[in-house]
Amino acid sequence: MLPQKLKKKLQKVIRAADYSREKAVDVMYAVQRHYGYLSDEGLAESAALLGMSELELEELATFYDFIYRSPVGKFVLHVCDGVVCWMCHEQWSCTGEEESIVTYLCARLGVEVGETTDDGLFTVLPSACIGFCEFAPAMLVNGRAYGPLTPEYLDEILDQLRKEHDELAVDR
Amino acid sequence: MGEKVLLQNRRRDRPATLDEYRDSGGYQALATVLKGVEPRELIQMVLDSGLRGRGGAGFPAGRKWSFLRQEAPHPRYIIPNTDEMEPGTFKDRVLVGCDPHQIIEGTILAGYANQAERAVIFIRPSYELEAKVFEREFSLLREEGLLGENILGSKFDFEITLHRSAGRYICGEASAQVKAIQGERPRPDKEGHMTESGLWGQPTIVNNVETLACVPHIVRNGGEWFKNLAATPEGAGTKLYGVSGMVERPDCYELPIGTPLREIIFEHAGGMKAGRRFKACLTGGASTKLLPEKHLDVRMDFEALAKIGHRLGTAAVVVFDENACLVSACLNLLTFFTRESCGWCTPCREGLPYMRHLLRSIELGEADEDCIPRLKEMTEMMDHSYCAFAPGAAAPVKGLLEYFEDEVREHLVRGCCPYKGV
Repeated sequence: MLPQKLKKKLQKVIRAADYSREKAVDVMYAVQRHYGYLSDEGLAESAALLGMSELELEELATFYDFIYRSPVGKFVLHVCDGVVCWMCHEQWSCTGEEESIVTYLCARLGVEVGETTDDGLFTVLPSACIGFCEFAPAMLVNGRAYGPLTPEYLDEILDQLRKEHDELAVDR
Repeated sequence: MGEKVLLQNRRRDRPATLDEYRDSGGYQALATVLKGVEPRELIQMVLDSGLRGRGGAGFPAGRKWSFLRQEAPHPRYIIPNTDEMEPGTFKDRVLVGCDPHQIIEGTILAGYANQAERAVIFIRPSYELEAKVFEREFSLLREEGLLGENILGSKFDFEITLHRSAGRYICGEASAQVKAIQGERPRPDKEGHMTESGLWGQPTIVNNVETLACVPHIVRNGGEWFKNLAATPEGAGTKLYGVSGMVERPDCYELPIGTPLREIIFEHAGGMKAGRRFKACLTGGASTKLLPEKHLDVRMDFEALAKIGHRLGTAAVVVFDENACLVSACLNLLTFFTRESCGWCTPCREGLPYMRHLLRSIELGEADEDCIPRLKEMTEMMDHSYCAFAPGAAAPVKGLLEYFEDEVREHLVRGCCPYKGV
């Protein structure tokens, strides 16, 4: 269940809007942040807050790339699969026979596309062009863009994210 | 190199502050307008400047505004479109990141011209840093009396809020964007006109943010000045060209609109990466035709490109070198479009997967001769779709078949991709 504090905060956000549905995406984002993904429970709670039916909200939730209806890792690696990143990757291949950033990351993390690492930290998701083409090939992780990516840089980023997570855990 | 207008305050480390924007003449246009320019006069200024929309379609901005009837009901809305999901396009991100206030000033001016009450900036999730910049500056502007009630002591009230999207290409289309803000599943809706019935059924203007950013400069310096910024007599203003791919210096360049494509790639973007040779480029993002070397001297403006059967689109120049397999490139693009189709109409929902299938069979060398005319027929079929999405998706393939049919055929002859393992 959502904590009362968060629920109150969201109710306030919704009340301030001219139309409650306008806040559907914001509410889904907030609930997703709380649960780590938009769980069935979270979807039902969001719908109730917004005065929408679960089906109406599900229609939105399943439409958007950045609303996760299945569990994901703490860090979702949105690897750009736009045409510029595809081209700027030295050993690119569209048929997936050769190494790409996605296959590199999956091999490094021991997961398939869409799966989450056992430690719950990483999920690899190919994504539509993220708009960082001058830094291609690029990826987006929790709102931060990284590029141009090389295998060495990818290793560095993974280490850095792991460290960030450990430091946060110590803080708590 | 021409005058810098939109990127004059660009620094690489942070956006220009309110004070820095003011020092460069920022918010003077708004002060002038609120002191005694009639909304109709402001629309006329924008009409006279020849400013055309920078989001892709190139519709004259002043004309769009003039469609909103004076007696139309209130509230009215302005939607500054910062969705920018066209593959290869990143100019709006650069624009927000270097000088957000000129977008905000342009938005308030658009609000005044159309006597609107509120703007909703629509922004994509990968631009979260830029979304935060906007929010931070909004609160500053409220304190300074530049946003909210009685702006600069006038009778004009105007609010700007932000709508965070959660991704999906179709949200960039104006009527789909309206649905997205309304918390409905986004799809294009061509019933009725935005200026009559847009957001919440009210009169609405959707403008790209680069378009809006031009407006304060037009008010301050005049329409003639704006026209003279262009490299051609028929053009108007400067243009942000985002250059990416196999060039030495991929970046966003502000240049006179109508600058030759060759100059953009080979001078400003530093030419091809060492050891690479130019083969083709997209001129305005993924929804434009592949353009071959023989057209490199074309001027990058709406009219000049239209004359040779191409489009300026978002002016995102994506450069391919001779090692790139263009069949494979089109397969990547069609994979994107197939995935992003909202599924509303049949040509797009069914046609794009079929085109992708044909391209994949060609790429794998499994296709026969028939597939070339079939692919061509499919690109023409896309013109029968509900919105501009499917014709845009077919555009790069049209270029592939028009200029690079030999390369397509080579796949069939060899029974495999000739570029594999290069």
